[in-house]
Amino acid sequence: MAEKLGREAAKHVAELAKLSFTDEELDQFVPQLEDTMHLFDDLQKMDTTGVEPMYSPTQEANVMREDVAVPSGQRDALLANAPETDKGLIKVPAIIDESED
Amino acid sequence: MAFYNTDVAQLHDDLVNKRVSATELTKAAFKQIKATDDDVKAFLALNEEAALDQAAKLDQAGIDPDQPLAGIPLAVKDNIVTKGLTTTAASKILANFKPVYDATVVEKLLAAGAINVGKTNLDEFAMGSSTENSAFQTTRNPWDLTRVPGGSSGGSAAAVAAGDVLGALGTDTGGSIRQPASFNGVVGMKPTYGRVSRWGVIAFASSFDQVGWLSQSVKDNAYLMEAIAGADKRDMTSANREVPNYVANLAKADVKGLRIAVPKEYFGDGIDADVQEVVEAALAYYESLGAIVDEVSLPHTKYGIPAYYILASSEASSNLQRYDGIRYGFRANDVKNLEDVYVRTRTEGFGPEVKRRIMLGTFSLSAGSYDAYFAKAAKVRRLITDDFNKILKDHDVIMGPTAVSTAFKIGAEVTDPTKMYMNDLLTVTTNMAGLPGMSVPAGFSKENGMPVGLQIIGKAFDEQTVYDAGYVFEQTTDFHKQTPRLGGQN
Repeated sequence: MAEKLGREAAKHVAELAKLSFTDEELDQFVPQLEDTMHLFDDLQKMDTTGVEPMYSPTQEANVMREDVAVPSGQRDALLANAPETDKGLIKVPAIIDESED
Repeated sequence: MAFYNTDVAQLHDDLVNKRVSATELTKAAFKQIKATDDDVKAFLALNEEAALDQAAKLDQAGIDPDQPLAGIPLAVKDNIVTKGLTTTAASKILANFKPVYDATVVEKLLAAGAINVGKTNLDEFAMGSSTENSAFQTTRNPWDLTRVPGGSSGGSAAAVAAGDVLGALGTDTGGSIRQPASFNGVVGMKPTYGRVSRWGVIAFASSFDQVGWLSQSVKDNAYLMEAIAGADKRDMTSANREVPNYVANLAKADVKGLRIAVPKEYFGDGIDADVQEVVEAALAYYESLGAIVDEVSLPHTKYGIPAYYILASSEASSNLQRYDGIRYGFRANDVKNLEDVYVRTRTEGFGPEVKRRIMLGTFSLSAGSYDAYFAKAAKVRRLITDDFNKILKDHDVIMGPTAVSTAFKIGAEVTDPTKMYMNDLLTVTTNMAGLPGMSVPAGFSKENGMPVGLQIIGKAFDEQTVYDAGYVFEQTTDFHKQTPRLGGQN
């Protein structure tokens, strides 16, 4: 399993994560990530046959409640956090690509 | 006035008997912050106007003798949301974010009459062990300004060590309360997963994150924990269990016959000799008080770091998807289309460590890697938890060092992420199992004079035994009363 991440795979993962890296950044990041993933190799050698995965330490069962909408009365405060607003609405760039005009 | 050589009980008594007012205490906190924080850089935002306003109201109404925290100035880590007060998680992506509600823990604090003086620095999104990953500033250790305060709750730990406040809220995902407590010579408790509500805490790794306190003493920590613990309808992982009267129960604390397990994996290679020396002396001291100290083995300890970094980074990569530049926070300039908004906002808004973790997590969860990484790490998490449960069947607590070293120099490790991750060796496994863990000041390194913490790990929901063990130690030693020499004290 001790395969290296590599530059192309790193670019693919960045795409999945909606991040982008310059060539210089990749020169730094890829070896750093490979170094950390080297630690992960130890796990691959372990025998975990029959071990139940543990995703959380919680012992609580799902708790159900009615889904009731409650007005927050904080429209202005919420909108003040938005990067751009227009007439009480959040403004976003066009979804259609305008860069190829 | 620095908040040294006093405690919650003393200040409460002074307030009730009008020897001091809440306004005077709050002013004293800001005076101390202003005298120390140019050097220490513990705070990202001060809440001066609202805090003084609240103090004046408390003074007018009179301090309720049944509210031990009323009028006591405290601080809040900046990844815990505070209504109307900037909350950034030390990230550029949230630089101007003003929450519209208070986290449950903040709501409870304010209801108890405590005063929030401001927001403390951290590693961006609590990812780091030194606060050097903050997008805004590196906090410096009050004991030696050339050293880090630890992290990620480094601002909270330094604020307490600098005498700015008696206590500060922190969060702990892999050691972020305990390691800075150890580095700053203060007490830091990470309670059992589920003991404290996470509602309003900016999520890093949801199955690991817990809120707790950095404080100057164990007793103060117990006071503070009573105020925030308990079930919360808004956090379905918060446990529906009664919260004990931690402080009242301390009166009966005794370590005679206490069964202490000491894992051999917590000593030896990878742990500095000066740290081991202090912790061994502390264990011998417990033995002299009548505790029974047994050497045990937690054989999967060394797998804690890789399993943790897979699982916590995976959860982080999912939790941090919400930062998309649309509804709140930073948005990159001159974006052409929707994809551009996402990619450029996240690329410009997140710092390097957050990007590394998102990359590790996205990789571990991606098709083709899931079984070998994420699922494998989750199985190892089970084995680590089983190790703990087996030992805690025959023992009351587990003890060892909190951190592998004392506070290191600023800049010494930040360029080597993998080396930085090894700082968490002795703390991450507790989060994997969800157990309570506390660091208490145990002495000072003979090598560099810096504080060393003793870690006490307990059974799930048995914070009381952990507090009791720490309390007895602190009642009969004076390490926690030592304070750093820093400008602006007295």
